[in-house]
Amino acid sequence: MNSTEQATARGRLLSLLVQLAFLAILLLLWTLATTVWGVSRILLPNPLDVWHQFVAVVSSGAFVPDLEVTLGELAAAFAISTTLGVSLGYWISRSHYLIKVFEPLLAAIYAIPIILFLPLYVLMLGLGPNSKIALGATISFFPIVLSTIAGFGHVDRRFVTAARSMGANDLQLFRYVLLPAALPVILAGLRMGFTVALLSVIASETIASFAGLGHRIVDLAENMETPRMFAYIVFVILVVALLNAVVSKLERQARWR
Amino acid sequence: MTPAQSAISVRGVSHQFGEAGEARHVQALLDTSLDVTRGELHCLIGPSGCGKSTLLNIMGGLTAPTTGTVTVSGKAVHGPMPRDLAFVFQESALFPWNTVFENVMLGMTFQGVAKSERHDRARRALEAVGLLDFAEHYPGQLSGGMRQRAALARALSLETGILLMDEPFGALDEQTRMVLGEDLSVLLARSNKTIVFVTHSLGEAVFLADRVAVFSARPGTIKQVITIDEPHPRKPSFMTAQKFHALRDQLYGLLHDEIRKAMSETAQPRRRYDQAGETDADGKRS
Repeated sequence: MNSTEQATARGRLLSLLVQLAFLAILLLLWTLATTVWGVSRILLPNPLDVWHQFVAVVSSGAFVPDLEVTLGELAAAFAISTTLGVSLGYWISRSHYLIKVFEPLLAAIYAIPIILFLPLYVLMLGLGPNSKIALGATISFFPIVLSTIAGFGHVDRRFVTAARSMGANDLQLFRYVLLPAALPVILAGLRMGFTVALLSVIASETIASFAGLGHRIVDLAENMETPRMFAYIVFVILVVALLNAVVSKLERQARWR
Repeated sequence: MTPAQSAISVRGVSHQFGEAGEARHVQALLDTSLDVTRGELHCLIGPSGCGKSTLLNIMGGLTAPTTGTVTVSGKAVHGPMPRDLAFVFQESALFPWNTVFENVMLGMTFQGVAKSERHDRARRALEAVGLLDFAEHYPGQLSGGMRQRAALARALSLETGILLMDEPFGALDEQTRMVLGEDLSVLLARSNKTIVFVTHSLGEAVFLADRVAVFSARPGTIKQVITIDEPHPRKPSFMTAQKFHALRDQLYGLLHDEIRKAMSETAQPRRRYDQAGETDADGKRS
């Protein structure tokens, strides 16, 4: 390891320490708020109580049914938006005219808060998982279709010309040139789609639902079981962080060197 | 010259981008005829935007001419002819997601070469350009000169009789360009490939070519063809010879007025789009 690498490693370690210290201070303030400053325990539970509840939730497996519902909705929503987004995006990307028409249109729709459609979806599809799946699929469709258009639509023409000059047919052109050229951009869109699908599924569970992690958190809040509610929030944060880490790792692996 | 002797025969080729009257209309080539003899290196030289790259793309079947015909080895050109000719582009156009070795293999995959044979041919081609040690590198990890060697290896592995090279060393520095030029001259002496080579560089044209076709400013057509009578492989000492300088001066004399013409045309204010139009005329982004 040379000196610059050492310096960057030291810098990274220092940033990590600062980040940890920041979190520790937050935890300390939280503890002080519940013990010394006398904030109501119903509004803000003691961190130690939250920890006990967290251990209880995890060790009893009480989280399993809700996690299953949420992940099931997420998987269905993401599968729908990926299938539709990638295929539609590819189709649009094949024509300059279609790109010109649809790219700004889709980008404009993406900019409106799609969560406004949730009441409509609940009316149409009920309070069960279907309305959550529909919302998650709608919201995540846009980053996926837009990045697919960008990926396939802006493949460097030199690559296409080179492949054609060497006799590539349409299928070979797609498999060996268009797909690998577009993949990094599409994967970035899929990662973003995954994140927003997860957010919208959990958010819509907190608004109108029968089950799921979001539903559980609202349920606990309404029953004033704040320590357990906080434990669930911590649990969701950990699940989301884990899923995002896995998806980011997959995306990084597919990038060109 | 009969078509049998000529590897490529261009007859009355004109090409325009866009329709007459449109803002983006460019008459790139006007009634151009040219014969490339088997086994020679034929340079195309001319001011930017004169259509020399367009002509190369037309020869290779990547662009269909507006009028005129091209025959390659006696066959009329109607599209890419990957068995007869291989391209080397200015920016190497190697696929950045593949290693050098995979890049070379892929060209043969497109051609349907058997898997067992592909491997040997790729190794041989990389050896010929001195890149075997870098076979597992990605293009992004190589220098510009090495990338162009890799692109040349990819073209060589296709074992075509003809190479079409579109300013292959154009983006390289002077020294690298000279070394690659020497290597190409050696390669030419060893194989009996026919090469059509588009260049901006007078020195490169004189050093490499058996014949040089000088283009006029747009709409491009061939003004004169001059012969460089010097056997391959050419040594660096050729560059300091009296003959080299005389030929270079002769070329410059032919080109000088055309370059002025091309420059005054691009200087007109209405040509805001001309950046695009010019690359278009050279066929790079068309």
